[in-house]
Amino acid sequence: MAAPPLEVQDLRTTLFTRRGEMKAVDGLSLSVGAGETVALVGESGCGKSLSALSIMRLLPDPPARIVGGAVKLNGRDVIALPEDGMLDIRGREIGMIFQDPMSSLNPVATVEKQIVEVLMTHTELGRGQARARAHELLELVGMPDAARRLDAYPHQLSGGMCQRVVIAMAIACSPSVLIADEPTTALDVTVQAQVLALLKKLQADSGMAMIFITHDLGVVAETADRVVVMYAGRKVEEATVDDLFEAPLHPYTAGLIGATPTPGAERAARLADIPGMVPPLNALPQGCAFAPRCPRAMERCRTERPTLTAPAPGCLVACFAAEAG
Amino acid sequence: MSLLSLKDVRVHFNTANGVVRAVSGVSLDLAVGETLGLVGESGCGKSTLGKAIMKLVPVAAGEIVVEGENIAPLQGAALAGMRRKVQMIFQDPYGSLNPRSTVGRSIAQPMVLAGWTPDAIAERLETLLGWVGLPGDARQRYPHEFSGGQRQRIGIARALALSPKLIICDEPVSALDVSVRAQVINLLEDLKSRFGVSYLFISHDLSVVEHIADRVAVMYLGMLVEIGGRDQIWRTPQHPYTKALLAAAPIANPKIARSRKRTVLQGELPSPLDPPPGCPFHSRCPIAEDRCKVEKPALRSMANGAEAACHFA
Repeated sequence: MAAPPLEVQDLRTTLFTRRGEMKAVDGLSLSVGAGETVALVGESGCGKSLSALSIMRLLPDPPARIVGGAVKLNGRDVIALPEDGMLDIRGREIGMIFQDPMSSLNPVATVEKQIVEVLMTHTELGRGQARARAHELLELVGMPDAARRLDAYPHQLSGGMCQRVVIAMAIACSPSVLIADEPTTALDVTVQAQVLALLKKLQADSGMAMIFITHDLGVVAETADRVVVMYAGRKVEEATVDDLFEAPLHPYTAGLIGATPTPGAERAARLADIPGMVPPLNALPQGCAFAPRCPRAMERCRTERPTLTAPAPGCLVACFAAEAG
Repeated sequence: MSLLSLKDVRVHFNTANGVVRAVSGVSLDLAVGETLGLVGESGCGKSTLGKAIMKLVPVAAGEIVVEGENIAPLQGAALAGMRRKVQMIFQDPYGSLNPRSTVGRSIAQPMVLAGWTPDAIAERLETLLGWVGLPGDARQRYPHEFSGGQRQRIGIARALALSPKLIICDEPVSALDVSVRAQVINLLEDLKSRFGVSYLFISHDLSVVEHIADRVAVMYLGMLVEIGGRDQIWRTPQHPYTKALLAAAPIANPKIARSRKRTVLQGELPSPLDPPPGCPFHSRCPIAEDRCKVEKPALRSMANGAEAACHFA
């Protein structure tokens, strides 16, 4: 069997700051198959964006340094590649789209120039061919009035149109892996639906593996095949999207689902909130990081850190209470 | 008598490129003890309408009636009485707190302006901090020492200081994490059942509005396109835009999400500088006909009891 397009093994990223070392990503493993979408879920500060930036090797050193683990792209470990090797891979084998499309585009270059630059960096296309391809790509991502938009600058486009340009750039060289970091969070709900539908269609056509980072469980339910839940830099649960919503194993996952209003729910129901907030990475409690907020915490949870176990095939959970059943 | 009654409220902004009709003729009523959700996408005028009720933006025309008194023409000191009745909380609690004022001073400000004695203020401060679940020593500390959720609690405490009848909540939980968002929503609901305060709850997040609102108003390009009870809006939406919004909202349940048929609304919001003639929604509407391009539909009663502004609903 061929290697999955993306395989992350025991990835560790530490931030070296004046206030001490913080383990922002602490032993993350995940793999994404061709045509599969894995959602990376958690609240701010849980390490989901830092995981993505680590995979892309886009974190500034200092303060961030990858201190261990492997990131295999189509079977090849890229964690130790020199920067010019990474430059060749980013945009060609692995693409990324960010939350704020305006700030991922160059404000003083036209849409055409930015897409052409990607194509000429990574492919053998000449300028004329690249320009024709840029037009095709804009049509492909559903840009209204594509021919005219080629000459537009980002500030002349709406947020939704900018995100389409960013997506066009990310898929320009048909990468086998696409990382989408909160790609629709800044967009209105009808435009969000358009962009989600577009990403699904592009994935169905190309079979690319996708990591979808979001804090919105509604978006997770709409897009993901599998879900990885992170808390304080670590994976605390992994399951198929159906299992996760139907029978969440980790109390944090259950808390997130309970805290999200479900449509059609009875009116009187109070939302199940999670007390307290995500702890800062430099002040993590001993034992399980979630224990101080956990309704099921036991004595053991405060002293000992649970590791991932597999209570059933295809799912993983790091929780003593879940292990006990 | 309604607590708040808006009659044909209009807010216009003069810009270098022409006049933006941010709110163009909104009428609605909000009853005592009611939570009215106000939804729509960015640029639809929902926040501007909230600010207009607070008189934070100039009102071009129309009446804003609070407990029988039209406050639209009032200026300056004459507004003080109204400010006791209507307060506001904002999306970004950090941006709405003075970073160089202690939390105690920020919460006390409305009481100082209302002429309370220092003793009365000190006593009230303690009560308020308790209500919103902040520690007593919070009053000596500064906004930067608090998390986003705690800052929103500070904003709520300040809004509650003068026991208002109505609080305008402008995207109060949009910047918060899921677990903290639930805490703040629960707090708002607790305060409502304790004090009978009413909310105008402005949000783009339909699942939050469905959870908290008794009635819901839907705005598009400065106009109300539909208003009705929470269940009427969610179970039997009448206006094509309301239907499209509900269809676009993600559902946190993979089985329902997969099984429902969605029609994704095409296009984007037209520029409010150059709104389409006739029905504001006709350029994106799946059922628009020629009539919609010339004749602006007015709100009218529907069979289910809600009101919608559509020729063909």
